[in-house]
Amino acid sequence: MKRGIGRHLYLAFCVAVFIFLIAPILVIVPLSFNAQPYFTFTEEMLRLDADAWSLRWYRSVAQDEEWRRALVNSLVIGVCATALATVLGTLAALGLANPAMYGRSLVMALLISPMVTPVIVSAAGMFFFYSSLGLAQTHLGLILAHAALGTPFVVITLTATLAGFDANLMRVAASLGAGPWRSFWRVQFPLIAPGVISGALFAFATSFDEVVTVLFMGGLEQRTIPRQMWAGVREQISPAILAVATLLITFALFFMLTVEWLRRRSAKASQV
Amino acid sequence: MTEASLNPEPAHVEFNGVSKSYDGVTEIVRDLNLVVREGEFLTLLGPSGSGKTTCLMMLAGFETPTAGTVRINGRAVDDVPPRRRGIGVVFQNYALFPHMTVGRNLSFPLEVRHLDQATARERVHRALRLVRLEGLEDRRPDALSGGQQQRVAIARALVFEPSLVLMDEPLGALDRRLREEMQYEIRRIHRTLGVTIVYVTHDQQEAMAMSDRVAVFNRGRIQQVAPPETLYEEPERVFVATFIGDNNLLHGRVLGVEGDICTVDTGNGIVTAFLVAPREMGDAVTLTIRPERVALAPTPGTYSNEFEARVEDIAFLGDHLRVRMAVAGSSDFAIKIPNIVGHGALLKGDTVRIGWTPTDCRALTPDEETA
Repeated sequence: MKRGIGRHLYLAFCVAVFIFLIAPILVIVPLSFNAQPYFTFTEEMLRLDADAWSLRWYRSVAQDEEWRRALVNSLVIGVCATALATVLGTLAALGLANPAMYGRSLVMALLISPMVTPVIVSAAGMFFFYSSLGLAQTHLGLILAHAALGTPFVVITLTATLAGFDANLMRVAASLGAGPWRSFWRVQFPLIAPGVISGALFAFATSFDEVVTVLFMGGLEQRTIPRQMWAGVREQISPAILAVATLLITFALFFMLTVEWLRRRSAKASQV
Repeated sequence: MTEASLNPEPAHVEFNGVSKSYDGVTEIVRDLNLVVREGEFLTLLGPSGSGKTTCLMMLAGFETPTAGTVRINGRAVDDVPPRRRGIGVVFQNYALFPHMTVGRNLSFPLEVRHLDQATARERVHRALRLVRLEGLEDRRPDALSGGQQQRVAIARALVFEPSLVLMDEPLGALDRRLREEMQYEIRRIHRTLGVTIVYVTHDQQEAMAMSDRVAVFNRGRIQQVAPPETLYEEPERVFVATFIGDNNLLHGRVLGVEGDICTVDTGNGIVTAFLVAPREMGDAVTLTIRPERVALAPTPGTYSNEFEARVEDIAFLGDHLRVRMAVAGSSDFAIKIPNIVGHGALLKGDTVRIGWTPTDCRALTPDEETA
């Protein structure tokens, strides 16, 4: 292939875009190992002086009662909201996969509307609605709110998975004598499970990242990790949040790899 | 002879006045009446979109008739869901459960029926032996060839011992040689088990090779139901005459009728033909003549239909030559000459005499009057 100046420019452009997208995130990682309470690289760090680097912010996060409570809150709310969103989203996607369903696109639009509505709008709406029900500043309220935000992700990933599902399999199962319950659990669910799981992961990530609804609805007792980071930036300015951020980036990376792995697996399964 | 005396077996499946429409306007299946006898191999044959698969799906219970009744063993099954009909179904894409082994696929209907493990294993083994796939219980479907997958699908449709098995273009995805082998296998299984099989295909050779009787579909209606030989030798509709095997068509009007024999004016000569349709003088008729029933250069006066024909084209097809001729107003009149000694005397542009008997020339009602 000819390697003219055009190709060099093209490569330079790609690298620039890559830096633009990734650098602000990656720069956090080395900073989180700063031995000093600053958000900038010290001269010693740049000289790769071993004393300038430390795990002190990781230790401080691990020992801090507030961070620990935030983690527990994030996990409890995330897991419960994910479970709820997965069940509701799966049921909805199964119904929407039926081509004979009346008003399918309208229902679909309604179900995914939480994704396109600005979060601040849903959060404010939910705050007033849940307050009147006495659900504001409760774990249950946040779980319900996060489930509502997470359901569209399950509906969308599962609808895509079901598009590749051979409807004849369910017909065959019926012809062999299986009722709908058995057909679902023995035939359909094992085959769409990768879609269900990746939908669930998206729902969990939604809840785990979410700060706006928590700001509106959560009290001190419902502080999640993002909410605690928010407080960290505003009130304490401690590099501890950089350590937390690095942990979250690691989590996100792991999450993306899992979703990709599931996607390949289900693509392979549907080729049979 | 009546049909009842030809087929003494009782009716297994009956379609009575069955119609199906999805949008309330177009009828995919129109006023269908059909009886499938016990133990019969009946094929629904037709071009795509002719309604044959829809019929099969109504019988399996996956589609509901818009009008009419489907009966199995004399009982209307309108309210019986597919899982309670006890019918084996084989799909074109096999529809094997990809996450289960062959053995699991086969034992699925047995689990549903709560058979004990030993009996189930024995049945699975027997079914695999029937389709000649012994010892493949632990394979996954994706580790099998297309032909093997189809055998598994057939075994799965038989393993719970249904008396009725439906097959929807089961060999459509296989190559020609494998298809012929599987045709034979399915015939053998049918003879061994004595089950009733309703088979759907668009391949007329497949239908001819396998079936006891064939129901020819076109545009949602059955055109004719008959054994393969009858369909070929005595088609009652122009559609059947041209869909089953090759046929030459000539168009004309009836000049006179004498018993079964009529004379027809084609505008380019008078043809004597066997009158199938109840036609009278002056009515339009379509004449059908099989390419292999046309004699080349007969001794003058042998046939009551003899014409001068010009050779337009000759195609060598191995076991026979196919010659396209211009005769009696048709420029696409085909004859088949077997590839035997002395066939090579014919050349493009030659003019030869050809002839055929009145009984090989059937006068039918034109299709546009019967649709």
